[in-house]
Amino acid sequence: MSDIINILIVGVGGQGTILASRVLSGVVQKIGLDVKVSEIHGMAQRGGSVVTQVRYGKEVASPIIPQGEADIILAFEKLEALRWLPYLKQNGSILINDQRIDPMPVIMGTADYPADAIAAIRSLHKNVIVIDGLKLAIESGNSKAVNVVLLGLLSKYLDIDKKIWLETLRETVPAKFLDANMKAFEAAQ
Amino acid sequence: MKKLLTGNEAIARGAWEAGALVCSAYPGTPSTEIIENAAKYTEMYAEWSPNEKVALEVGAGASIAGARALVAMKHVGVNVAADPLFTLAYTGVNGGLVLISADDPGMHSSQNEQDNRHFGRAAKVPVLEPSDSQESKDFTKVAFDLSENFDTPVMVRITTRVAHSQSLVNLSDRQETGLKKYEKNALKYVMIPAHARHRHIDVEARLEKLREYAETTPLNRIEWNDTKIGIITNGITYQYVKEVLKGASILKLGITFPLPRKMISEFSKRVDKLYVIEELEPFIENHIRSWGIEVHGKDVFPAIGEILPETISEKMREFSENIQLFSQQTDPPLNTPVRPPVLCPGCPHRGLFYVLNKLKVTVAGDIGCYTLGSLAPLNAIDTTICMGASIGAAIGMEKARGKDFARKLVAVIGDSTFIHSGITGLINTVYNKATTTTIILDNRTTGMTGHQDNPATGLTVKGDPIKEVDLVLLAKAVGVERVVVVDPFDLEKLENVIKNELAAEEPSVIITKRKCALIEKNKNTTPCFILEESCTGCMRCMRLGCPCIIKEGKKVRINSTQCAGCELCVSVCNSGAIGKEGLIDV
Ligand code: SF4
Ligand code: SF4
Repeated sequence: MSDIINILIVGVGGQGTILASRVLSGVVQKIGLDVKVSEIHGMAQRGGSVVTQVRYGKEVASPIIPQGEADIILAFEKLEALRWLPYLKQNGSILINDQRIDPMPVIMGTADYPADAIAAIRSLHKNVIVIDGLKLAIESGNSKAVNVVLLGLLSKYLDIDKKIWLETLRETVPAKFLDANMKAFEAAQ
Repeated sequence: MKKLLTGNEAIARGAWEAGALVCSAYPGTPSTEIIENAAKYTEMYAEWSPNEKVALEVGAGASIAGARALVAMKHVGVNVAADPLFTLAYTGVNGGLVLISADDPGMHSSQNEQDNRHFGRAAKVPVLEPSDSQESKDFTKVAFDLSENFDTPVMVRITTRVAHSQSLVNLSDRQETGLKKYEKNALKYVMIPAHARHRHIDVEARLEKLREYAETTPLNRIEWNDTKIGIITNGITYQYVKEVLKGASILKLGITFPLPRKMISEFSKRVDKLYVIEELEPFIENHIRSWGIEVHGKDVFPAIGEILPETISEKMREFSENIQLFSQQTDPPLNTPVRPPVLCPGCPHRGLFYVLNKLKVTVAGDIGCYTLGSLAPLNAIDTTICMGASIGAAIGMEKARGKDFARKLVAVIGDSTFIHSGITGLINTVYNKATTTTIILDNRTTGMTGHQDNPATGLTVKGDPIKEVDLVLLAKAVGVERVVVVDPFDLEKLENVIKNELAAEEPSVIITKRKCALIEKNKNTTPCFILEESCTGCMRCMRLGCPCIIKEGKKVRINSTQCAGCELCVSVCNSGAIGKEGLIDV
């Protein structure tokens, strides 16, 4: 199955993962390969954990990625990175946004937020990239563009022409935010 | 041209290409986007119906009048629509009538995981099961033809993974199939016993013809390969099997009721070992076994939840060399606390559940965002069964335990759910002299499924303004004398109103009216903050279950990037320790 690229986007409802996966599926749609995208939402707006699975290659049957098969995990939040880590391939890459969003049990004090999530991930995998998406987004002039910053990071790890990315961004984001989003896309590159 | 579409978008497209003229639905995950997309095509009328029964009846009327009609709902919606469905199977159709049932194995967003293929069998209507978006579109079109050719409603059953996965679809143009001639035909459309007896004979004859059709239609096909194992499969699991079990011979069933008996028995003879891989019920398997054919199915695969590629790989490992193996299932390296969904920051329901919890009343709950009021720390809901059940359940509780019990008992139901199937319950409260209080949470939308309009919001699915249902007048009209409207952000008043209405030994309705936080545009969203010096660490605000109020050591902190500025926490704090710019001096 190595001819299929498997990408997992994970995060917390409300973080903008849906727009990110819309851009990514727009991009992969344009490269002329078979594509499948699977999204479980429903609870997305209410702060649950959300996941999008994107697969592309010569021929893709199943829309979902089995455990241990993701080439790349793009995690919008640290705890979610940890939760979905078993899906990462042995030599896969995990790109993590250095943000912490406490789930209800942590907020209520009945569970602890894992303190050293990133270290634990690093002890198992060598390709672990951590960025401060919010900081980069603010620097590029739009604090809401964390998702676009992360897409820019993801694009470095995929063999897809940058022109396609920019074209898709242009089609997906509202015109008045385009400039800031273009800057955000470059921020983590 | 190929386009990446979800199964739901593809179904709407399929209906459009097939020339459908009328589309109806009640929203429900994972089916909601079908009608949202259908509504974008100007050639088709589309509506949110008040419930699934009405949706199917609208479809039935459109069909009898000569139009092709698409009706969509989630699996439990078919329970509500079952009454028209079973008799429509007798009347048959004029224009094609296609019912989409979106099942939810794994219960990503549902209260049960019933397998609606049983409905197809019980109502004697054919069931088609697409496995990706292309098939979702194609099968919808085939379903319209089948419906007209065999004079029957047709069910297309999808599952969450088909509904919400995107794959590439070849688009075609719309065929203007137009309106069929309408002729009055009481023998066919008036189901009095004398007519229905004749129609039942037709139904059985039709089923025979459909059985023959199932043997020859390309909807069912065999992909020959190694014959050591043969797999019979349907829907999304076909895609998993194709990927995981490369070597096996596959009989892919596109129509799962009625089944192609000859095709299956010939397939079974040519393979050494026969498996059925199907999610949920052993529907195909039991049919096959009843024909005396040896088959494996639920002895190997679970009947609960989804069947994933990993499951197939793991279970078939010992039977096949040609299998894709996945790495051992592992857990994350550290404990990962769960992340349950919560009521949004600024949600108008939060204050109500805070008060109900405080008053320690028994709450018969219902289905919507507010079902989240059952989770900690609100813990305010005692029962959740199905759409509209709250009011009936509350009446039953009172009848079982007496009037005194009703002094601490409420039914809680959303505006859309109330219109869906709460109104009859409320009539029953009055009619059968129950004294319970019904609280209608009017947040001006259908929140849980992603903010659809409904008869109480004043807008249709196409965005046209209409006269909205007046919930106060409605409650009064069915005989409730005590009807109070209250702002759920005014906690003091809310608590007093609830106490008053509970005390009254007669039916009452409280309408908590406030827009859903996600659709309210005119609000002051300046975040609140904790005045550390004044905070005594009493943790009272924590009982609101607001995701922005975070326990930190002995005190609390407010997450200002998420806080909606609703000020609920300000009103529950006894020490004046929560502030907001412009609200109090700091
Ligand atoms: S979507 Fe609206 S009704 Fe639902 S939890 Fe959020 S604020 Fe409340
Ligand atoms: S922190 Fe207070 S003001 Fe902010 S959303 Fe939560 S309850 Fe409302």
